[in-house]
Amino acid sequence: MLHFSRWKTVMVLAVCGLAALLFAPNLLSRDQLEALPSWLPTRQITLGLDLQGGSHLLLQVETEAVVRDRLDALVDTIRSTLRESRIRYRELGVDGQAVAVTIADPAEVEEATKQLRALDPDTALTADDDGRLRLELSDKAVRERESAAVDQSIEIIRRRIDETGVREPTIQRQGASRILVQLPGLDDPQRIKALIGKTAKMTFHLVDDTADPAEAMNGRPPPGSEVLPLIDRRAPAGAEPRLVVRKRVMVSGENLVDAEPSFSQGAPVVSFRFDAAGGKRFGDVTSHNVGKQLAIVLDGQVISAPNIREPILGGSGIISGSFTVAEAQDLALLLRAGALPAPLEVIEERSVGPGLGADSIAAGKLASIVGTVAVVVFMVLCYGLFGLFANLALAVNILLLLACMSVLGATLTLPGIAGIVLTVGMAVDSNVLIFEHIREEARAGRTPISAIDAGFSRAMTTIIDANLTTLIAGCLLYIFGSGPVRGFAVTLSFGILTTMFTAVTVTRLIVVTWLRRTRPQLLPI
Amino acid sequence: MFRGLRLVPPDTKIRFMAMHKVNFAISLAMIVASILLFAVKGLNYGIDFKGGILIEARTQGPADLSHMRSALENLELGEVSLQNFGRDDDVLIRIEKQEGGEAAQQAAVAKLREALGPGVSYERTEVVGPQVSSELFWQGMLALAAAIVAIVIYIWFRFEWQFGICAVIAEVHDIISAIGLFALLGLEFNLTSVAALLTIAGYSINDTVVVFDRVRENLRKYKTMPLRDLLDLSVNQTLSRTTLTSATALLALLALYFFGGEVLRGFSIAMIWGIVVGTYSSIFVASALLLYLNVRHIAAKDEVPATQTQTP
Repeated sequence: MLHFSRWKTVMVLAVCGLAALLFAPNLLSRDQLEALPSWLPTRQITLGLDLQGGSHLLLQVETEAVVRDRLDALVDTIRSTLRESRIRYRELGVDGQAVAVTIADPAEVEEATKQLRALDPDTALTADDDGRLRLELSDKAVRERESAAVDQSIEIIRRRIDETGVREPTIQRQGASRILVQLPGLDDPQRIKALIGKTAKMTFHLVDDTADPAEAMNGRPPPGSEVLPLIDRRAPAGAEPRLVVRKRVMVSGENLVDAEPSFSQGAPVVSFRFDAAGGKRFGDVTSHNVGKQLAIVLDGQVISAPNIREPILGGSGIISGSFTVAEAQDLALLLRAGALPAPLEVIEERSVGPGLGADSIAAGKLASIVGTVAVVVFMVLCYGLFGLFANLALAVNILLLLACMSVLGATLTLPGIAGIVLTVGMAVDSNVLIFEHIREEARAGRTPISAIDAGFSRAMTTIIDANLTTLIAGCLLYIFGSGPVRGFAVTLSFGILTTMFTAVTVTRLIVVTWLRRTRPQLLPI
Repeated sequence: MFRGLRLVPPDTKIRFMAMHKVNFAISLAMIVASILLFAVKGLNYGIDFKGGILIEARTQGPADLSHMRSALENLELGEVSLQNFGRDDDVLIRIEKQEGGEAAQQAAVAKLREALGPGVSYERTEVVGPQVSSELFWQGMLALAAAIVAIVIYIWFRFEWQFGICAVIAEVHDIISAIGLFALLGLEFNLTSVAALLTIAGYSINDTVVVFDRVRENLRKYKTMPLRDLLDLSVNQTLSRTTLTSATALLALLALYFFGGEVLRGFSIAMIWGIVVGTYSSIFVASALLLYLNVRHIAAKDEVPATQTQTP
């Protein structure tokens, strides 16, 4: 048992050396790392957002809105289809996950059924006796639609964030309708949140100048028009200017190919350019409506409503509103990146300023150092030379733990530091088990070599049982936990694995080497 | 010859099992008290589980709490609590979960920032919506339950079912008493607390396993010794290790408590308590319970076990 073959010794030393090499990048700065030759390891331990500062945002895609949009579109299609076929109908509207319509003349139900069935392959048509038809959207189609909306949202968010210059953002899907956005090192999450939170759906509408303003403001706009809030910084405080706007979309933001912030007459504006189709439509609209007001609507608010002074044929124009420079920049960014398919809501936010993150690292470091020193001193007090051996093993243990975390790219969080501190406290447990067995055997009158041999082998089952149970807890913590629980589980689990390795091999190598060199008559334990 | 510092002398012969009835009574009282505290006083759930807003703000110069409080109360955001911590320019602001779903939480943060005005820097902002908080709570409870079940299954495989039962009772004992401590001190109960509870479970079982290993070994070694004496012997033999390991873990946790910063303080208190009660329960609950389950026959039928270790 006590024989350590040469190759085993070499292996243990090689593992320790490798661990030192893999840990080393953590001691260097970013610049120093970049100067290293490429064959050297350069991975550092990833710091969690709570330590380096940054924002963790969990977003919920309002997928109902996507389905609702699709059903609304279906209502429009049904309306025009039935009109073209001159089939009279009533009560056309959305009903749950379906569009329902009642055909007025029972003789026309069959024809209507035929027409509507051909409309959309994703719907199933049911009819009841009194001429009521229901086009139900299949669950599969709904799911596909929702899933596509989430994917598209991720793409748009990525484009928006990339433009802001945040380094190394993480944007990933979570579950069916959620998106996790992590922005390390960010000190002002408010702006990003505002950028992400905007749907940025832009449309151009004509202002309805035929409407009776008083009537419209009282909630009775003419059919085909609606009242929208108007953003106007120059309006007096307390006033809520509104505008009556035709519902029909003249040109939509989907046709935009570019948007840039610029200045016009000294004021910040956003200049934009349409694609060919959009440019043509914009030209038509402006040619036919010279002298009228064109409302530019963003997410249900009128941001500007300029008069059309002359036809705009070049396919480009400017949006002048009462913007600040920053607002013009953000609006241009939003328009360039495109509109979200559905509104997003922040359902969880955790932001930590870089200053606080640095404070946490400092506190964690201090706690680790004080804890380690206390444990080291205590072990030497209790076991003398063997305590020193245990401390050596503890040092190797921590080195291995940090090397594993560096190489696997595990994230170190504040609770993770707590896990390391606890590992330091418990790592000596395996050594204590071994040493207590050795003490016991030595007291029973065994020779040092035989006592040490028996001590190691008898402690083995206990070490495995005790550590495996904790490891099971650690793994389950990782699987089911989230946030701080996970960060803690990572270091605890790695710590247990490295503890088992060091207790079983490193300590033994040290003790055996010492035994060979000194051949003691009595154990100093 | 260096003899080393001994927390307990070698060859102790403490008759632990003789006091088991008293200890059962103490444990029972503690459990009942914990459950009562939990039922009557309840836990001080953090925003992880309750939903709501937590903001750590740093003011320029010492914070004027009463001024800030009145500014925030005018916003009608429900229950607002302000608290100085650490330095006198650090203010911890808690706002209860807002009615009106997820978007209302973000709106409240925006209002708060506006009310406090410029000159305040926001070091930490945590907003947990109602949907997420209930999910986090159930996930946390699931992790706790799964870990306990898995540990018990492991013990049951490695030992005998009697040991498994005693271990799980001891473990539940420790977790309930830790929850009682959270209720008693009004410590914030959040995701980190769940991690603490799970670690207490892990530590407690770790301790119990060491004693149980020795019990199993002794059952094979001393086939005629009365169970009560055998349990006493096993606990005494492992006592030195138990106290040493608990002491080093306590040292590490005390370092965390004093130097680890505000965020980990609750965690450290819970863990310190967990180590004390975990050590106690492995001796006075888990081992003493073995008295009542017929573990003696295990050794009899288990004549040549595969895992038998060398004994003189």
